[in-house]
Amino acid sequence: MATRAARDLPTEEFILPGSRSCAACGLMLTYRHALKALDPGKTLVAVPASCMTVLHGVYPITPVKVTCINTPFAATAASASGLVAGLKAIKREDYTVVAFAGDGGTYDIGIQALSGALERGTNFMYVCYDNEGYMNTGTQRSSASPAAAVTSTTPILAKAQHKKDMIRIVEAHRIPYIATASPSFPLDLFDKVKTAKDIRGSRYLEVLAPCPPGWGFPNKDLIKMGKLTVECGIHVLYEIREGRLRLTSRSLVLAEKGRKKTIADYVKGQTRFKKISKDQIDALQQWTDQRWEEFLQRHNRG
Amino acid sequence: MADVRIITANEAAALAAKLCKVQVVAAYPITPQTPVTEDLAAMIESGELKSEYLTVESEHSAMASVVAASQVGARVFTATSANGLLYMHEMLHWAAGSRVPVVTACVNRGVGAPWTILNDQQDSIAQRDTGWIQLYCRNSQEVLDTIIQAYRIAEQVLIPVMVCYDGFILSHTSYPVEVPPQDDVDRYLPPLDGNLGIIGGGYMNVNPLILSEPRLDPNSDLRPGYMDIRYRLHEDLRKALDAIGQADKEFEAIFGRGWGGLIWEYGMVDAEHVLVSMGSLASECTLAADELRSQGLRAGVIAVRAYRPFPDAALSRALRKAKTVTVFEKDVSYGYLGALATDLRSALFDAGLTPKVCSFVAGLGGRDVRPEQLTRTAADAILKQPALGWIDLKGIA
Amino acid sequence: MADKIRETVMAISRPAPGEAGRTGDWRSYTPVIDHEKCTGKDSCLYCWLYCPDGVISREFPLEIDLEYCKGCGVCAEECPRKAITMVE
Ligand SMILES: Cc1ncc(C[n+]2csc(CCOP(=O)(O)OP(=O)(O)O)c2C)c(N)n1
Ligand code: SF4
Ligand code: SF4
Ligand code: SF4
Repeated sequence: MATRAARDLPTEEFILPGSRSCAACGLMLTYRHALKALDPGKTLVAVPASCMTVLHGVYPITPVKVTCINTPFAATAASASGLVAGLKAIKREDYTVVAFAGDGGTYDIGIQALSGALERGTNFMYVCYDNEGYMNTGTQRSSASPAAAVTSTTPILAKAQHKKDMIRIVEAHRIPYIATASPSFPLDLFDKVKTAKDIRGSRYLEVLAPCPPGWGFPNKDLIKMGKLTVECGIHVLYEIREGRLRLTSRSLVLAEKGRKKTIADYVKGQTRFKKISKDQIDALQQWTDQRWEEFLQRHNRG
Repeated sequence: MADVRIITANEAAALAAKLCKVQVVAAYPITPQTPVTEDLAAMIESGELKSEYLTVESEHSAMASVVAASQVGARVFTATSANGLLYMHEMLHWAAGSRVPVVTACVNRGVGAPWTILNDQQDSIAQRDTGWIQLYCRNSQEVLDTIIQAYRIAEQVLIPVMVCYDGFILSHTSYPVEVPPQDDVDRYLPPLDGNLGIIGGGYMNVNPLILSEPRLDPNSDLRPGYMDIRYRLHEDLRKALDAIGQADKEFEAIFGRGWGGLIWEYGMVDAEHVLVSMGSLASECTLAADELRSQGLRAGVIAVRAYRPFPDAALSRALRKAKTVTVFEKDVSYGYLGALATDLRSALFDAGLTPKVCSFVAGLGGRDVRPEQLTRTAADAILKQPALGWIDLKGIA
Repeated sequence: MADKIRETVMAISRPAPGEAGRTGDWRSYTPVIDHEKCTGKDSCLYCWLYCPDGVISREFPLEIDLEYCKGCGVCAEECPRKAITMVE
């Protein structure tokens, strides 16, 4: 049963107030609701170097009520594999292992360990919070940054390549559950984490997490920006179970009613796109439309 | 009746891991370590050893996963060589900093470029400063026994241990090895205290970002800064000198065999000229020492078993009457001397001892080291000017 | 015993609020709730749902933990009744 209203979500907060993340951090909101969907008392989290490290606080205090091991940047999924194997060995399989990494830690440096863990069918959940850049080190380009975005390592010409289609790579491992989510649709996010929690085998979730300082939009617009990512179709909400793709939440509504927002609407409010040209907007629109069509087809196929 | 088998050091290593009832194994194949991973896989698949086996996609992941499994409270094992060990480098630091009792076999092999699959000890020497305990073995029996001791040490001092032995020379050569009864191993090495893991101790964030200066915890107790917590690793590594010696003594009490603890000595009672080495090369040195004695030179041998922590006091004590100390080692700190010679000189200097210390690099990339050569080089070092260098270079004018 | 070893040799943090200090010291805008507009009857809790830092209570009348509110303005922006205003 889908969660319908805010009041249906668990009351308890697992991130204590006074954390180190920026104001209006999309990752914070994502993690806040993801932890509600997990059972933090029976969860082990693995976190690589990233904004997540900072969120988890400076020794000897953490704002987060969950047991977390920090791991080197490339090692997240391997560390998670070790947690899973260790728990099995000591007969504590009542714990859920969740890896929580940024796009740099997932698409780039951590992709080998992730592929290995997925290929082995490791019984864990991997959440990639995608803020489309190396934010912790100051907004450098990652392979998840969108085309035409200015980053601190594409400062003049902006990024030339489109975002890597990571989910296709993940899908090639034929794992039982893949889903995308957005913190602007927290109920959908909550449901997906909850669903993933109860599935055995490897589960992969990707959350597009808007980042006000990295993307360059006002803090107050966090939710609107996240909604816009979905409404313009650059981010699509779906679940893939056993190869079958199903659109969910706002993307499902858009599939029925049609999309109205465009890439031009999307890039307008973000300083990272300040140099975007008409051609680049068209190219990004085309990229978006093509993917949208693919998703629609797969959704309709059932 | 003792169970004596004719096996390689690799087989001995896998057997040792099994006798220690390791609960999680993760490994990635590389020559000459490969048979260890295969033997363990067969033991686990056949049910002979109850353990999780992670066929990881790299050595970085092998070490990452055993570190995490160890943090949960499982007894873990991995093995590697050469470029595999180098690929682990980041994780080796992480393991030591995490204070996990991981045990790793390093089957010593030279490192690329250019490629060699043959033996030297550059791989493990290059990991000297990662905060691990490093033990070097001279033969297959010592490999088996040392891996068992390694768990005892690691679990006592919470520092990972690397057990090093020479590729091919030991790893692929069969010798008689006595396999101890499981009961005795169980007596020597009780099951790991599950409470050492992170399960059930309340919410915690392990290995977070840490400041340079101390900071108050939620109970208003002052907690150390980065340097302080790192000092604790250093201090505990120094203290591990005792634990390594003790583990060997207690091993001897149960199994009737000891390996000298920190250093192993041969003919040292009256030795004036000492050959110092590590691993199987030390065994070769005993042949050279015998020959030197037949030439009228009172020679002895020291095998450094524990390279980190460095047994400076034990070495200075053993070398207090030495006139010449000739170090033969299969590694080099490029641009200077062999690593062991450098460390040894520093220890002797601190102890106020001034023997002639000669440093020789030998046997890199599998080049055969013959006892005659060691004898000749050592005799020259003893009788002629102070000497340094690489022995038996060929083909470079 | 195990705990003692852990806490003395390993770097382990424990949970507590205010890890990064109070936000009251640097926040430039503060959310103020108009309880006339948000009475609690049929109220949506969007502010609670979307506050990234989880500092808005779920019971009515709503309270915001101003020690730790980061002043981002998300709650005010998302309130359908315009019951929250950001004041300097
Ligand atoms: C091996 C290694 N290389 C580089 C770094 C430096 N580094 C730390 S975090 C980071 C970027 C993280 O980016 P991402 O994974 O996207 O997470 P985000 O910071 O955006 O949350 C980098 C490059 C590191 N810690 N380790
Ligand atoms: S940089 Fe972006 S992702 Fe990182 S803490 Fe700040 S808002 Fe969150
Ligand atoms: S969003 Fe506005 S109306 Fe809804 S509960 Fe919060 S203050 Fe009340
Ligand atoms: S201003 Fe931001 S941090 Fe403060 S209560 Fe509103 S949403 Fe939460």
